[in-house]
Amino acid sequence: MITSETYSKSQISSDPFENDSEKYKMIAENVTISYGGVPAVKDVSMKFKEKSVTALIGPSGCGKTTFLRCLNRMHDMTKNAKVEGKVMIDGIDLYSKEIDPIYHRRKVGMVFQKPNPFPTMSIFDNVTAGLRLNGVRDKRILNEIVEDTLKMAYLWDEVKNDLKKPAVELSGGQQQRLCIARALAIQPEVLLMDEPASALDPIATQKIEETINELKKEFTIIIVTHNMQQAVRVSDYTGFMYLGDLIEFRKTKKLFTDPKNDLTAKYVQGQFG
Amino acid sequence: MNYINYIIPLWISDNSYCTLKLLEKILSKKNDRKLDGDKIFKMGATLAGCFVLIVIVLLVFQLITQSYPIWEEEGLSFIIGTDWNAADGRESFGALPYIVGTLVTSALAMAIGVPLSIGIAMFISDAPKKIGAPLGFLVELLAAVPSIIYGLWGLYVFRGFFMNIIEKPLYNTFGDSIWLFSGTPFGLDIFTASIILAIMIIPTVSSVAREVMKAVPQQQKEAAYMLGATKWEMFKLAIFPYSKTGLIGASILGLGRAVGETMAVTMLIGNATGLNAIPESLFDPSQTMSSIIANEFVEASPAGLHLPALIAVALILLGIAMVINIIAHLLVTRMLKVKEGAVNS
Amino acid sequence: MNNIEKRQEYRALFKQNVQKRLIVDKIVRIIIISCVIAAIIPLGSILLEVFKNGIAAISMEFITQVPGSVGSGTGGVGPAIQGTLIVVGLASLMGVPIGVLSGIFLSEFGDNRLARSVRFFNDVFMEFPSIVLGIFAFLVIVLVLGHFSVWAGAFALALIMFPIIARTTEESLKMVPVTYREAGMALGLRKWVVTMRIVIAAAKEGMVTGIMLSVARIGGETAPLIMTILGSSLFFANMNTPMDALPLRIWRLSMLPYESAQLQGWGAALVLIFIILGINLGLRTLVLHKKETMEILKTLKEKIGGRK
Repeated sequence: MITSETYSKSQISSDPFENDSEKYKMIAENVTISYGGVPAVKDVSMKFKEKSVTALIGPSGCGKTTFLRCLNRMHDMTKNAKVEGKVMIDGIDLYSKEIDPIYHRRKVGMVFQKPNPFPTMSIFDNVTAGLRLNGVRDKRILNEIVEDTLKMAYLWDEVKNDLKKPAVELSGGQQQRLCIARALAIQPEVLLMDEPASALDPIATQKIEETINELKKEFTIIIVTHNMQQAVRVSDYTGFMYLGDLIEFRKTKKLFTDPKNDLTAKYVQGQFG
Repeated sequence: MNYINYIIPLWISDNSYCTLKLLEKILSKKNDRKLDGDKIFKMGATLAGCFVLIVIVLLVFQLITQSYPIWEEEGLSFIIGTDWNAADGRESFGALPYIVGTLVTSALAMAIGVPLSIGIAMFISDAPKKIGAPLGFLVELLAAVPSIIYGLWGLYVFRGFFMNIIEKPLYNTFGDSIWLFSGTPFGLDIFTASIILAIMIIPTVSSVAREVMKAVPQQQKEAAYMLGATKWEMFKLAIFPYSKTGLIGASILGLGRAVGETMAVTMLIGNATGLNAIPESLFDPSQTMSSIIANEFVEASPAGLHLPALIAVALILLGIAMVINIIAHLLVTRMLKVKEGAVNS
Repeated sequence: MNNIEKRQEYRALFKQNVQKRLIVDKIVRIIIISCVIAAIIPLGSILLEVFKNGIAAISMEFITQVPGSVGSGTGGVGPAIQGTLIVVGLASLMGVPIGVLSGIFLSEFGDNRLARSVRFFNDVFMEFPSIVLGIFAFLVIVLVLGHFSVWAGAFALALIMFPIIARTTEESLKMVPVTYREAGMALGLRKWVVTMRIVIAAAKEGMVTGIMLSVARIGGETAPLIMTILGSSLFFANMNTPMDALPLRIWRLSMLPYESAQLQGWGAALVLIFIILGINLGLRTLVLHKKETMEILKTLKEKIGGRK
């Protein structure tokens, strides 16, 4: 059993970007998240490059999901959760008191671990829910966006003939892709994905990974996964978290082939997890 | 048939222990071997469980047989008739005004009470525990206050206030133009009674509505927030569609309560009889099925048709209440089942 | 597909409506808070008025004496207090055993079609208008015996009481961990011994809570007493004569046109509300910290209330 005492902070490297001239979409600075006083994420700083996929890996309970959720202010709804530090999106602090989180959430789409479509709504209504909030009511535009986003989520061919069907009638994998389409429909710039394939069969997983590879041409994607192969397949950068600390954050290839940290090395070799 | 009337009270007063002993005796003689404790235990428990079914059957049976004379005399015109005369020799009974009175007051009470209750449920289900719990407790105290005290308060406190502050201004401004406000405000009318009823159904509707809303999974709310919804939009997107069935069930449960409510209504509705009991405006007195029973039951002579008429009213009331409650229970259970089976299974 | 430009186009279509939506949200919040206030005001007013007006009527004489002549403002509600205690006590004697046994049936033998329909009709029966149950008691007891009877009143109240107890008992028993039952069985005890000795002992608290809440509930019932015990001005004589009860007394007093009767009505209301809210509040403070009891209370709250 490896405890937090067995590694020291000095080992932690958290900047995969050699020259700082890169364009960053999001920057998290010294983020600490605690539930009822117990820290779940400790002093994590990360930068996310535009049009790239960043994966967060680590054993369960390491705080990766908690960290991901803070990038969209999803902790606002969790009672007794407290977020310290700074999260910048396009240079604006997400946690500043003056701005309502609604402004940011338009820029950030999120896909959750379990598919959560609105069960009573039709497929069409699910995809357009966010658009209607934003005052888009033109039927023609809505149709166009629905077709577009469903195509991006690789769901269009399967459902194009029954868009009026309630979302619950879809299979688990289809529901998850519907959730991706729903998140894409609000035309976000950042896409957060929390183990989007954890509940899915291999074929559906493959489809979702294809989707991610397609989407990274336009979006900044941050994905949490416990599946290392998946991280290798889809991501450009990978952060390894352990017990609330960000242990190592580098280019994916480097992290997996040449880990600098013992803990990372042990984890990627499958010695614990 | 009358022996049933004797056995039931006997059976109940002797409570189930004696019934058990009796059963043991009968059965052990038959089988000629001692019954073990477990079998007796199970049998006793089953009997007690079936008690409710027996009571319901007997109750309906009793109401039907005892109201038979009036059905024989009036037939269908008991339901559609409007006259109500208990004087000897001129007896004539029609329950329509009271059915109408019940439906109108209950509907008004629903129109006022249900939105209030859902608002309260929204507030409590969303508030932090420190505020939500005591508040929920306060609202439920409303349920602990006996009906008769609502009546007393309604009669001596609320009526005067309501008549002067709401009814008279309404009458003065709209009395000539809108029929709804055309009666003379007196405070003892369907409007006052409905408002008291509305207050009385709030705890029922709001506590069921709250439970139903709490049953909506967190992931649904997160999905709505993720799309950039405000709190109100989150309710519209995630909570209301998901809990619609349960909310309707909660409201219907409230309707069931309103329909059967007796004392507070009796004290405030003005107790008109016959044709007068069909209200023509909000400020008209009326009469509900339960209030006519409360008012006249003791005076009714079992020899004539008056008592059977009141029992027939009770039968109609029971029928309506039962249908309403069965629908409500089916809806609430269905909603809570949907919760288990939906989305993530 | 090259969507980047299209995407910008779509974004341009989004309305800059966040400000407006946040205002709508605020308005809705204000409406919701007013709903809460609208429900709290009557409660506050009722408690305040009952206390304020009732306290003036309370005296030793008021609590112990029979009512004076109509309109005189003398005498008290002694018979009514006594009658309420008698009729509620008797109702509990009938209602509690049936309710508890029925709850045992639902919880321990409750996995079959019969039990499911019992559960369903138990819930529906709980919502029967209480005045109809009064009529039932009148038909099977008063009409048969030929006179108003305390038994009839108690029977009617027991009918209101037992389904509530059945459901609370069921919920409390279901919360006793299976391991308790298994442990008992492993000792070679018979099922009924296990249930009566171990399971009920473990669930005692929730069951008592349910019973007390149902007692509080029937204490305020008026309608079914009208046609069963009728009401009286005298202390209890025997089971076969009319008897008084607090809710009946309040009703009678409230229909009198005298100021003094009104005052006495408030006094009687204070005594009644004192008894009922006393049971309610007392129970809640006693059991507030017991988690499982709170769970049971929660189910209870959905099931009772409203109809009195």
